[in-house]
Amino acid sequence: MKKSKKVLALTMAGCMMATAFAGCGGSGSSGSGSESGSSSKADTSGVKSIYFLNFKPEIADKYEAIAKQYKEETGIEVKVKTAASGEYEKTLTSEIAKSDPPTIFQINGPVGYQNWADYCADLKDTELYNLLSDKTLAVTKDEGVYGVPYAVEGYGIIYNDEIMQKYFKTDGAKVKSTDEIKSFDTLKLVVEDMTSKKDELGIEGVFGSTSLKTGDDWRWQTHLMNVPLYYEFNTGSESPITTCLNAKELEFKYADNYKNLFDLYTDNSCTDKKLLGSKTVDESMAEFATGKCAMIQNGNWAWSQVNGVDGNVVKEENIKFLPLYMGVEGEDKQGLCVGTENFFSINSHVDEATQQASIDFLEWLFTSDYGKKAVTTDLGFIAPFTSFGDDEKPADPLAKEVLSWMEKEGMESVVWTFAGIPSENWKNEFGASLLEYVQGQKDWSKVVDDAKASWKTEREATAE
Amino acid sequence: MQKAIKKWFPVLALPTVVAFLISFLIPFIMGIYLSFCKFKTVKNAKWVGFDNYLKAFANEDFINALWFTVKFTIVSVITINILAFLFAMLLTKALRGTNVFRTIFFMPNLIGGIVLGYIWLMIINGVLHYFNATITTDASYGFWGLVILMNWQLIGYMMIIYISGIQNISPDLIEAAQIDGANSAQRLFHITIPQVMPSITICLFLTLTNSFKLFDQNYALTAGAPGKSTQMLALDIYNTFYGRVGWQGVGQAKAVIFFLIVAAIALTQLFLTRRKEVEN
Repeated sequence: MKKSKKVLALTMAGCMMATAFAGCGGSGSSGSGSESGSSSKADTSGVKSIYFLNFKPEIADKYEAIAKQYKEETGIEVKVKTAASGEYEKTLTSEIAKSDPPTIFQINGPVGYQNWADYCADLKDTELYNLLSDKTLAVTKDEGVYGVPYAVEGYGIIYNDEIMQKYFKTDGAKVKSTDEIKSFDTLKLVVEDMTSKKDELGIEGVFGSTSLKTGDDWRWQTHLMNVPLYYEFNTGSESPITTCLNAKELEFKYADNYKNLFDLYTDNSCTDKKLLGSKTVDESMAEFATGKCAMIQNGNWAWSQVNGVDGNVVKEENIKFLPLYMGVEGEDKQGLCVGTENFFSINSHVDEATQQASIDFLEWLFTSDYGKKAVTTDLGFIAPFTSFGDDEKPADPLAKEVLSWMEKEGMESVVWTFAGIPSENWKNEFGASLLEYVQGQKDWSKVVDDAKASWKTEREATAE
Repeated sequence: MQKAIKKWFPVLALPTVVAFLISFLIPFIMGIYLSFCKFKTVKNAKWVGFDNYLKAFANEDFINALWFTVKFTIVSVITINILAFLFAMLLTKALRGTNVFRTIFFMPNLIGGIVLGYIWLMIINGVLHYFNATITTDASYGFWGLVILMNWQLIGYMMIIYISGIQNISPDLIEAAQIDGANSAQRLFHITIPQVMPSITICLFLTLTNSFKLFDQNYALTAGAPGKSTQMLALDIYNTFYGRVGWQGVGQAKAVIFFLIVAAIALTQLFLTRRKEVEN
């Protein structure tokens, strides 16, 4: 009895140690694998794998397929990991401290660069940078290039033309075509008239839910906010982003304009104001896809989301964009909000061979036939590289709409000025304020004052 | 046997000691060190002294979260323990199906906090929908939502501990009291409760620390909304760490303060209730 116990104890101890060592062994070998090829700069033959931390959950599986193809062609494994929506900075912070850190990651512009400056390799001499159709789009500092944009995106009010056409045929329709909507006043007239005819049109409300659940409020606290920011900071000779980034205080000059459109959204929504605090972006996109509403604010990335909803009734040819009109003077010339928050950076803390292999992968993605096809059809990017011919533009209907708005004569796109917002915390606090405003717990003037005060504290808090 | 254990002790303890070092002690010490630093990742820390602590205490959100947490903890510790004790009393009576009920009551404890949070979010929003409200409409909805959720999750667990305590009371004691003419209230307060004092110690400790450290449920159920009014300490630390550029150190400092508070409360409570325990 005694002996058998002893044997048992020893075996168990043995098992535990074996597993413990197996664990160590596993991580040890992968660590040495990534370091083995650190001989010369261009020699990437020793590199077995690179690691790409993807920002966009909606196209995560597309990247997996691309990675598989790349492995077949070159033998280099591309590890793709995707951060959950809204969690990119958090995921990157923890991933980059690991022994096997991301080799390609993404920064969201000049603010992101400030944050990750220590980790961004200089990309000035790469083919990737040279291929950029507009080099001013890149994130640069002094002589160096630290972030290369890979997708231009646009957003505005997406509408379902089928429902709009139905409206134009009703008695006393305020306008006869969406082309006539060129200002907030017209938009308001049309939207309010549509609300009064919603049963006839078969919709529950004109706009999809203004999703204000914490973490799902970025369409309002960042995207919609962009328009007032743009008008406030597009004054000097510098780009509005830079002006915004240097602004110690926010005047919020166009707060009433923001309120115009925001109120229009919530007053004519398919969801009661009091219930907006529990709505997510997915839910409101589903409302649009199933035809419960006619309009929704979102960007060209939303097509795959709309298309992927079960019971989607929105046809490809009927999905169109309108700019975010809020009643600012001269807004008939205002186009969509076009810009990019998507910059590739290469982790300067991994060895040079791996850095090179990572750059090779990106160059392959934007220059090879397979890669370019994947970019335009699967990823649906409007890629700002000269390697793309005119016939290689994205097939996705919303991306096409963005391009056509960009090419419209006399229209000026609204630059993504929100890149200059001081911190995530500012956005979250503003989003929380909006929710309280919608629920009737906060006056609009308090929302504005809080936004200004928070801007000041956040700018100071993160200035050091 | 005794000798063999002594001889093999270092070998047998080694895996645990190594695991404890790697996954607890080293990160813990690093965490304390980092709370005095400005850092982006753990590798590029720069010493700044007590700066982070000053910022943490000057931070209104932190103080608000602290009060919210204290209020929540008081309410949930009381409700959980009273209800769990009542269930335990009920299910130690000679009733049919007590085992089935014990199992059922224990089950919520087997579900993870995030999942529970989302389940209850749906239930609560589903109910509030009829009143044209959501859990974010008012901070008190979030507060009571959290209390209900916590009760639902922990009552079963605490109940099991109380049951084992009650079952350990010698029937002789109860019988003797009955013969002496003690009524049921007297039996409860003078025999049952003093006898289950060890269980009370454990249950209070578990509910107190669990409520104070609550994160998953808070994150999934309200995420602090409306505003930051239902944000508890752990969630505030998380948001500080990730919400602002360059504030990781402050988040870390908050975490160290948080640890000290939890440790102080738990030790005081253990000391106080231990004194009340009686020998069988």
